[in-house]
Amino acid sequence: METFSLLADGFAVALNPFTLMLAVAGCIIGTMVGALPGLGPSNGVAILIPLAFSFGLDATEALILMTSVYYGAMYGGRISSILLNIPGDEPALMTTLDGYPMAKAGRASDALVLSGVASFVGAFLATIGLMLLAPMLAQVAFLFGPAEYFALYLLAFSTLGGIASNNQRKAALAACIGLAIAMIGLDNSSGMPRLTGGNMHLMDGVDFLVAIVGLFAVSEVFIFIESHGKSSAIGVKIDKITIPVKDIVRTSGTMLRSTVIGFIAGILPGAGASLGSFLAYMAEKSTVRDNSRFGKGDPRGVAAPEAGNNAAAGGALVPMLTLGVPGSGTTAVLLALLMTLNITPGPLLFTERPEVVWGLIAALLIANIVLLILNVPMVRIFVKVLSVPPGVLLPGVTMVSFVGIYSLSGSSFDLLLMIAFGVLGYLLRKLDVPTVPIILGILLGNHMEDSLRRAMVLSGGDWQYLYSSKIAIGLWIAAIVGFIAPLFLKRFITKPSRVEPDEASDG
Amino acid sequence: MSKVRLGSAGLAAALLSLGLGAGTGVTHAAECIAPANPGGGWDFTCRSIGKIMYDIGVVEDPIQVTNMAGGGGGLAFTHVVSERADDAELIVAASSATATRLAQNAYGGMTADQVRFVGAIGADPGVIVVADDSPIQTLPELLDAVKADPASVAFAGGSAVGGFDHLKVLMALDRVGFSDITSVKYIGVDGGADAVTQTVGGFTQAMTGDMSEIVGFLKSGDVRAVAVLTEERVPGFDDIPTAKEQGIDVVAVNWRGLYVPKDISDEDYQKWADALQTVADSPEWAEQMEANGLAPFTRVGSDFQNYVDEVVAEINQMSKDIGVIQ
Repeated sequence: METFSLLADGFAVALNPFTLMLAVAGCIIGTMVGALPGLGPSNGVAILIPLAFSFGLDATEALILMTSVYYGAMYGGRISSILLNIPGDEPALMTTLDGYPMAKAGRASDALVLSGVASFVGAFLATIGLMLLAPMLAQVAFLFGPAEYFALYLLAFSTLGGIASNNQRKAALAACIGLAIAMIGLDNSSGMPRLTGGNMHLMDGVDFLVAIVGLFAVSEVFIFIESHGKSSAIGVKIDKITIPVKDIVRTSGTMLRSTVIGFIAGILPGAGASLGSFLAYMAEKSTVRDNSRFGKGDPRGVAAPEAGNNAAAGGALVPMLTLGVPGSGTTAVLLALLMTLNITPGPLLFTERPEVVWGLIAALLIANIVLLILNVPMVRIFVKVLSVPPGVLLPGVTMVSFVGIYSLSGSSFDLLLMIAFGVLGYLLRKLDVPTVPIILGILLGNHMEDSLRRAMVLSGGDWQYLYSSKIAIGLWIAAIVGFIAPLFLKRFITKPSRVEPDEASDG
Repeated sequence: MSKVRLGSAGLAAALLSLGLGAGTGVTHAAECIAPANPGGGWDFTCRSIGKIMYDIGVVEDPIQVTNMAGGGGGLAFTHVVSERADDAELIVAASSATATRLAQNAYGGMTADQVRFVGAIGADPGVIVVADDSPIQTLPELLDAVKADPASVAFAGGSAVGGFDHLKVLMALDRVGFSDITSVKYIGVDGGADAVTQTVGGFTQAMTGDMSEIVGFLKSGDVRAVAVLTEERVPGFDDIPTAKEQGIDVVAVNWRGLYVPKDISDEDYQKWADALQTVADSPEWAEQMEANGLAPFTRVGSDFQNYVDEVVAEINQMSKDIGVIQ
């Protein structure tokens, strides 16, 4: 019951008109930031920090503004995923898989509303989870050592082949390309540069945003130019916004399952929202009975990653607040904000600064409701930006991409790299190789390698260390099942016959 | 950009600064480059020093913070040396890690004398901690355990192999006559808090890092510090013995400071040094230091430049001795 009295105090802080206004403003800005490709949530929050200071906001107010932007960006990322097939940020990657086909089939508004609701369910439940369980859940981080993390990433990769169900080999090839790109940069374990060609710009490796914007947005521009604008994929018509009650009811189980998976992935430092949305999608795909529609616009394929990534966003606040370990890039920025405000996150934050923590939690609950309102009935406003003719929209998206990427490191090298990724993306799309596994390879490859290397250091090179704990063994079993099961299940699931132009030539 | 838009105002300000000399402080909107992504120590340096400089009025416009991540600070270093060598309105966040990397030639041939170090105004004391339930009580006990069986003790730290956190352990081991450094188990993880998590979880036996990284865990009782690597005990943490008083002569602090481009005038250099000194003396900075577990460590101007030169030479020699570099 103490929780509720603390929460009541929190609401007292969060519900005054000024903070409420900050929450609403933060949500709107965040949704915009999320929707624009190239501007990820961490950029959005980082860019706004000086603003918070120049307004002279106090600790709680600044925190409320920034977390509203954070949650808003997590909601907003899906909009361009669904309408443009360009993920607004990394975690929204998986939403392109079913969201865009759904939009193409004339169900854009259904996809947007459904994913908005899924985002709400994921984020709202995760916030409640954060509220009730945070101090307890902090302990989970202590159970994960290098071996356990390695097994976790292995689980992600072993299910990766299932992404592009029409051609597993091409998905595997794409994942390998991603892994190879992930190897570029300073080797974390030895501090030695690898595959950088002596170029200082490559020392920190390839930023995911550069790869995402290049592979998705810039390659789209090339395709657009090649076809003189005729066969561009962009330009989905927005029909009347209605609430797809049937889909929401039908996917409610999906949302709940994905929320749990996403939240757990979020709690683990380093795993983050991208892994959350990925695992939620793959888990959903492999557990439902009829998964033949996945990848072609299945509403469950839209609900799962959105509930997953928003739950992970809430989950990532657990290690940040209780341990001071940021679970993702954006929480790292929030952590910096807290430190600048003289708040040291850590095991004692909940007892030493309850007004900050509970004000924040109350603000998050409010932000979620604001975001639900913004993203469901008012989604049209955001969509308007993206529903202009492709001839106008694409140059605009390109410009925003360039500005966004330039703001990452302030160097023109990233722009060149982005264009190179655009060319790569164009070629791969011509060859019908999926680009999503490339991003996942870049995103998770480094973490997986680091975990393996650390495990080898700790065990003195003994491979048995990798499956020496109960958690690790459990993850290994899940990974092996995840890899093998689809091979067997395939025989029992009759897929509708599809005509793939490249299938024959591929042999 | 703002200079162009506010043409006449900028001109007036320039005339004013000419007229009154350099002693009045910095008059244009200046830029602080944090050579890392938002969220780290360098970012903190730029944001907090920049904010205080503006709040207490040593600069007239808020200092703009630019994050330029890459090459562990090397990208920003190269950028400053090759493109901004005479920009008097530019400051760059630096720390012991900057000096360590310069000493180990990790910036692709760049050297410490290609910029000017302005000053440091606070330092994060180095610490070595163990989990609260660890049988190890003192630093010599920990080092003896490594000597007896290097495979039985693993260290976690927030820097890569050969980085500052790793060096702290190797320096301590060096003092007790243990030189087989390749047998020492060290894993570099993503930051100090993560290293503590690994140690509390029992995956590693000890953590090497900075005081600021462990403050919360120390208060909550999850970890115990076996030694702090300073000359004197740190105020506020008086129960933590120094390595020195335990007979291990190792001092390692992670200072927070700034460097500026090489080719700016001595007046401009002095202007930044004075500004930094003013920040160091302000109650706002004292508050920031306390909140972030920093100890006072004020060295500005040529005094600091000499200090950095010494440290770079020392780390270079040590890295060679222990085999981190050739």
